[in-house]
Amino acid sequence: QAAASGEPYVLAASLDNARHLSSLLRAVHLQDHATCFATANGLRVTVDHAKCIQANAFIQAEIFQEFAVQEESVTFRINLSVLLDCLTIFGTSSLPGTSTALRMCYRGYGYPLMLFLEEGGVVTVCKINTQEPDELLDFDFCSTKVVNKIILQSEGLREAFAELDMTSEVLQITMSPDKPYFRLSTFGNAGSAHLDYPRDSDLMEAFHCNQTQTNRYKISLLKPSTKALALSCKVSIRTDAQGFLSLQYMIRNEDGQICFVEYYCCPDEDVNEAEL
Amino acid sequence: MRFRAKIVDLACLNHFSRVINTISKLAKTCILRLTVSKLYFILSDKVANGGVSMWCELCQGNFFDEFQMEGVAAEHNEIYLELVPENLSRALKTAQSAKAVKMKLTNKHCPCLRVAVELPSLSSSSRIVTHDIPVGVIPRRLWNDFREPSVPDFDVSIYLPVLKTMKSVVERMKNLSNSIVIEANLSGEMNLKIETDLVSVTTHFKDLGNPPWASEDGCQSSDQGRDLESMAEARIDIKKLQQLLAGQQVNPTKALCNIVSKRIVHFILLHEDVSLQYFIPALA
Repeated sequence: QAAASGEPYVLAASLDNARHLSSLLRAVHLQDHATCFATANGLRVTVDHAKCIQANAFIQAEIFQEFAVQEESVTFRINLSVLLDCLTIFGTSSLPGTSTALRMCYRGYGYPLMLFLEEGGVVTVCKINTQEPDELLDFDFCSTKVVNKIILQSEGLREAFAELDMTSEVLQITMSPDKPYFRLSTFGNAGSAHLDYPRDSDLMEAFHCNQTQTNRYKISLLKPSTKALALSCKVSIRTDAQGFLSLQYMIRNEDGQICFVEYYCCPDEDVNEAEL
Repeated sequence: MRFRAKIVDLACLNHFSRVINTISKLAKTCILRLTVSKLYFILSDKVANGGVSMWCELCQGNFFDEFQMEGVAAEHNEIYLELVPENLSRALKTAQSAKAVKMKLTNKHCPCLRVAVELPSLSSSSRIVTHDIPVGVIPRRLWNDFREPSVPDFDVSIYLPVLKTMKSVVERMKNLSNSIVIEANLSGEMNLKIETDLVSVTTHFKDLGNPPWASEDGCQSSDQGRDLESMAEARIDIKKLQQLLAGQQVNPTKALCNIVSKRIVHFILLHEDVSLQYFIPALA
């Protein structure tokens, strides 16, 4: 399946600093398998987990020094743990001023993903097998269906998320035009904990809540989003009429470029049914 | 059989602790051989160790302020003890700011290496923490099991790359595979390779340099006629290699390995006053 232009690779990309890619991928590492979707606009890596949560990392073409896609879109499934081990082959912490350069090539359906990584004159070549892309979850979440939306500065949420009471099965999110405006609650062994963010808080960049909604989400599913929160400067929190949650993280990389990571999560059905 | 030693200098003590730490990461149990001038930590290639063997040599004069030893007999003035290096490492952990550390071989109820750590205290009398480390005395008839291994008739000898880089790469590769192939040639090139159903990864190191070995009987110089580009390789247990690299707390002054194709890899790590040799056999 050679591409029309005669170029052997349907996807070829170069990145001076592999960390621009590896740190984002780590933020969506919910489980081993990820679907990579490349177009001329850039790369999207999606991870589904437990049929009710999805994490997406968007790395637009401008982040790369070179990003060439020969077809309208290129899709493949790949083992994300293996991909991360390869991207960080020279280690995760780096001396300032040193970085790993990356070249990524993919010939198309059935071929492995080739990575060429270089740091300090040492070259590592990786060949990672790809698989048939799976059907991805579709949360049918779009901006027209959004009921409540807030944008917070991430530093306000970081501590809260890092210290979530993991003995609680759920994280309850309340969003309302009235008090308590935005509340995070847990119900753990030691008792309930509530954390309120007033609408006029310095951390609150935007507040558009139309309806009081209280939704619960399985805490074990949301906890990995802490990685994305740690990298980000801002986060938008949106819910729709069914209580589906969208978390969008704005991440500025070492070079000041902007990337996004997005999480979608279903409300915890067991709990809601029990309440009925 | 008597053994008494003392370290007073803090730098020597910390250096000695680091050596013991490294040894404890490489061997659960090993032999400590004491002679008048040297200490040796020895692991011989039993199946229980996965076939790896170790030979670590220190000059006692570089570490100890006092060192007195009387072997089993006048003409065999050496002592061989079996011990768990982790016990010694733990005892020395309490000595990080000690005034002095004394070591003595005792046999109250059973043979022990008694490590007495003298700690500074505000009052005039010092605090002493004593650790009794059980040891096994190895009888003379078994000493032959623990002779210094000879340098194998290797195909390629090459200097190792920067250990920090090698350590990072091997640590990542350990997540992906149980075994690793080390290959190297006489043009200073070394490759580390893993290959599984899911992934294959190869790291290429260049310009490493090949150590010159002075040949006593001219047999090593026969490789002058050999192809400089051809690789000698061995597939070894990746955990063993990772343990060796992870245990290096200080950068050695010289680090090299000798590869006998498909048989064994012999690592030599030299510091100013410690030399460590580690043999990892090739997997079947």
